[in-house]
Amino acid sequence: MADTAENIIEVRDLDYSRGRLEIFKGLNINIRRGDVTAVMGPSGTGKTTLLRLITRQLVPDRGHIFIDSVDIGTLNQKELYRLRRRFGVLFQNGALLTDFSVFENVAFPLREHTKLPNRLIRHVVLTKLHAVGLRGAADMMPGQLSGGMARRVALARAMVMDPDILIYDEPFVGLDPISMGVIVRLVRRMNDALGITSILVSHDVQEIASVSDCTYLISNGKVAASGSPTELQNTQSKLVQQFMHGMADGPVPFHFAAPDYEEQLLGRDVEQ
Amino acid sequence: MFRDLYLTFKEFLRTFGAMQLFFLRLLSNSPSIFVKRFNLVVQQVYNAGALSLVIIMVCGLFVGGVLGLQGHANLSKFNAEDSVGTFAAFSLIKELGPVITALLFAGRAGTALASEIGLMKATDQLSAMEMMAINPLRRVLVPRFLGGVIAMPLLVAVFTVIGLFGAHLVGVTLLGVDAGAFWQQMQSTLEMGDIYEGIVKSIVFGIVASLYAVWEGYNAVPTAEGVGRATTRTVVLTAIAVLILDFMITAVSI
Ligand SMILES: Nc1ncnc2c1ncn2[C@@H]1O[C@H](COP(=O)(O)OP(=O)(O)OP(=O)(O)O)[C@@H](O)[C@H]1O
Ligand SMILES: [Mg+2]
Repeated sequence: MADTAENIIEVRDLDYSRGRLEIFKGLNINIRRGDVTAVMGPSGTGKTTLLRLITRQLVPDRGHIFIDSVDIGTLNQKELYRLRRRFGVLFQNGALLTDFSVFENVAFPLREHTKLPNRLIRHVVLTKLHAVGLRGAADMMPGQLSGGMARRVALARAMVMDPDILIYDEPFVGLDPISMGVIVRLVRRMNDALGITSILVSHDVQEIASVSDCTYLISNGKVAASGSPTELQNTQSKLVQQFMHGMADGPVPFHFAAPDYEEQLLGRDVEQ
Repeated sequence: MFRDLYLTFKEFLRTFGAMQLFFLRLLSNSPSIFVKRFNLVVQQVYNAGALSLVIIMVCGLFVGGVLGLQGHANLSKFNAEDSVGTFAAFSLIKELGPVITALLFAGRAGTALASEIGLMKATDQLSAMEMMAINPLRRVLVPRFLGGVIAMPLLVAVFTVIGLFGAHLVGVTLLGVDAGAFWQQMQSTLEMGDIYEGIVKSIVFGIVASLYAVWEGYNAVPTAEGVGRATTRTVVLTAIAVLILDFMITAVSI
């Protein structure tokens, strides 16, 4: 087993299923303190589910998740909420509060958790919004934002409490190349300057390669491959090669499990 | 078929139990939210109240008017048209005020609550709050529940007063019942117990309507379709529960 002081998060022999669908079978992941760890995998493998397990919005069927060597399954609600304050999470779709302005969305955790004076809150919020390039949108409502803008606001909100661990679920989707570059650098810079640990779910192989220290490729409920970007590029595994180079044919099927195509088109599966 | 019935029954019991537990959780968090986050509660009272106020005033006026017409038409057969005020007051205070207000509240504020909460769930806003270590039960559900519970008696009072005004408009102004008799008889026959009954009903209905709205929204299937179904269920279930409880409270207090 790896050195626990070095790993901020450890996932051990994790099983999780939704109904009959087995999502994880014996998953093991180590996330090193201060690293940017990327999680990749085909759509629907359970990356979002993994993030929800790590933050204990979902409870695993079997196995343990340790954060700072504490099994999060043993925490009561109060301790869990205290732990969650250390997380900043960027949801896949932003999850901004629809009846608050952009400014109030970013200010929300501060207003709920602190008694800071308004002047200070204003200062902090505007700084974070500036970092994602949306200081000018402070008075807009979430409904008026584009998808990419909403995600950047959500990023500002995830950072506002100065978390130890930042979790990004698909932060690069729907960003133009310029914002993408800015956000990639922002992820890296925050990680290094503030000593944050970052977990990054993404499909963008190039961006991941440029920003991550360690990458996990998840497939079929297990870690299919892991290592630094260069290690992954150089592995011989068919699966890794397929994923890294975006080929339709290979060990990972492009199709969700389905009846035989020809049979179904000819309607034979209905007759029976 | 028996198996189906059995399963439905079991499902019903399970939902019922879960709902009671949910109710207890709302209640146990209510005092601290009421004290510490009073501004949130006020805002929700305003939301729920303002949403329903206009329709409740319009409906109150017309229901009162109908009571005036019906009361006058039927009571005049016994030469008792002076009692139209009493008739309207009893009907409004004890039955129609609380019941119709609760039904209108469910249709307007209840559906709005359920769809708002359902949508927050469907768009991950509630999970996002959990992740920010903010308990959505306390931040979102309890203030809305309390807002509804407080708004309902106020709305019932508005409905009743405007209904009486409508009955007065029809009975006295239009049909010529003596205004003195209209109010005098009402005052002498109406007892405090009748008013208490109305108040008890409005509080109970307020709790039921808010509970169903919040529960259905919170347990909605997190999709557009699921939220739509939750709003429909809110109206239907509130209506059924209100009418059953109305019967029970009436039966107990007679
Ligand atoms: N609420 C749910 N109920 C049942 N099954 C679900 C639910 N949410 C997700 N799933 C299933 O769990 C699996 C993993 O979902 P998840 O959202 O974690 O995938 P993902 O890896 O994040 O995919 P993507 O890259 O498309 O975001 C999917 O196959 C999905 O069908
Ligand atoms: Mg996902």
